[in-house]
Amino acid sequence: MISDWRFIAFFVVLAPLFPALPIGINLLLGPRKPNYIKQQIYECGVETVGDTWVQFKVQYYIYALIFVIFDIEAVFLFPIAAAYGQVGLFAVIEIALFIIILTAALAYAWGRGVLEWV
Amino acid sequence: MIEQIIFIVISLFTLMMGWIVVSNNNLFHAALALMASFLGVAGLYVMLDAGFLAMAQLLVYIGAISILIIFAIMLTRRMMQTEESPFNSQPGLAGITAVSVFAVIAFIFWQMREFWPLGAGEGAMPPADKSIILGSVAKLGEYFVSPDAFVLPFEVASVMLLAALIGSIWVAWPKTEDES
Amino acid sequence: MIPLSWYLLVAAALFSIGLYGVLARRNAVAILMGVELMLNAVNINLVAFWRYGRFPEQPVGLAWAVFVLTVAAAEAAVGLALIISIYRHRDSVVAEEMDTLKN
Repeated sequence: MISDWRFIAFFVVLAPLFPALPIGINLLLGPRKPNYIKQQIYECGVETVGDTWVQFKVQYYIYALIFVIFDIEAVFLFPIAAAYGQVGLFAVIEIALFIIILTAALAYAWGRGVLEWV
Repeated sequence: MIEQIIFIVISLFTLMMGWIVVSNNNLFHAALALMASFLGVAGLYVMLDAGFLAMAQLLVYIGAISILIIFAIMLTRRMMQTEESPFNSQPGLAGITAVSVFAVIAFIFWQMREFWPLGAGEGAMPPADKSIILGSVAKLGEYFVSPDAFVLPFEVASVMLLAALIGSIWVAWPKTEDES
Repeated sequence: MIPLSWYLLVAAALFSIGLYGVLARRNAVAILMGVELMLNAVNINLVAFWRYGRFPEQPVGLAWAVFVLTVAAAEAAVGLALIISIYRHRDSVVAEEMDTLKN
């Protein structure tokens, strides 16, 4: 039912307003006398040594990969959890099989040494 | 009326972001536009009363697949800041193909307009009980574990995910020290 | 009220945009992004036919959409791993330069 989502629409309008309002008020009211020190990026961590766009390690990709796999698992298990009252023991065995197969994937990644951060 | 306006806004947003995905020179911006396009598709799911799929879209496409794509862009970074054209040697042919595919699909829709199960009214969304819409998630769960429905695809999906993970790690993981 | 054909036309347009990306882009990652757009268009069709069909109490369309989602995730995972591997060996992610098997 589309009308149930009007609160989401309300938040879609409201949420950008929250950061926009302080920034806008700041632009209107704040005095601006910039100099070199003030324009440093002190709020965003230390300045990078060398190029900011360094080559990323492949570990990041593998972590994202494992996250994707278990994300899909959550999507599959959510409706089954919603129907848990109606499904019998057979379903529990199937879910266990599903999770065991996906755990095998995690075990492979672990055994391969992928999860170790170097 | 208001629903039509919302639909048009969401679909225009989706299609424009899709166009940025295929035409932007900067691959990272294209990936961000891809996330926005996925968000628009989630909005269309909401309009189709498929709240669960909208949630799944947020979780899987925006939360996971986009991150995967962004990491892959970071890993193959040197191609990102290229000044060359993002297109290969045949953007014109590709455009003709895409437009004609769209024309063929639209033509088929026009031909099939009398055979579709359009329900009551002049093609408007057929009314459904709120209990049916809200119960569709639990029904979906029953389908996934019911031997009469989708239990085999459900288990095969887990095997496919296992194969995808093992294959991806095997392919992407550096075999020797100097490759990393 | 929104007719079914509006959803189908939007899905067709999204599919065509994705097809254009697949056919016209040089970068292999961008080609994969086009494929993801096409899969999304297919999912819109499945869900629209479920909702506008005669049996909304049987969410087969939703089930298929979830399976398409799964396949899309697996496809992105393997495809991007291949691209990373090719980049490591050949220092390129341009699809036209991956022609070792040609000739």
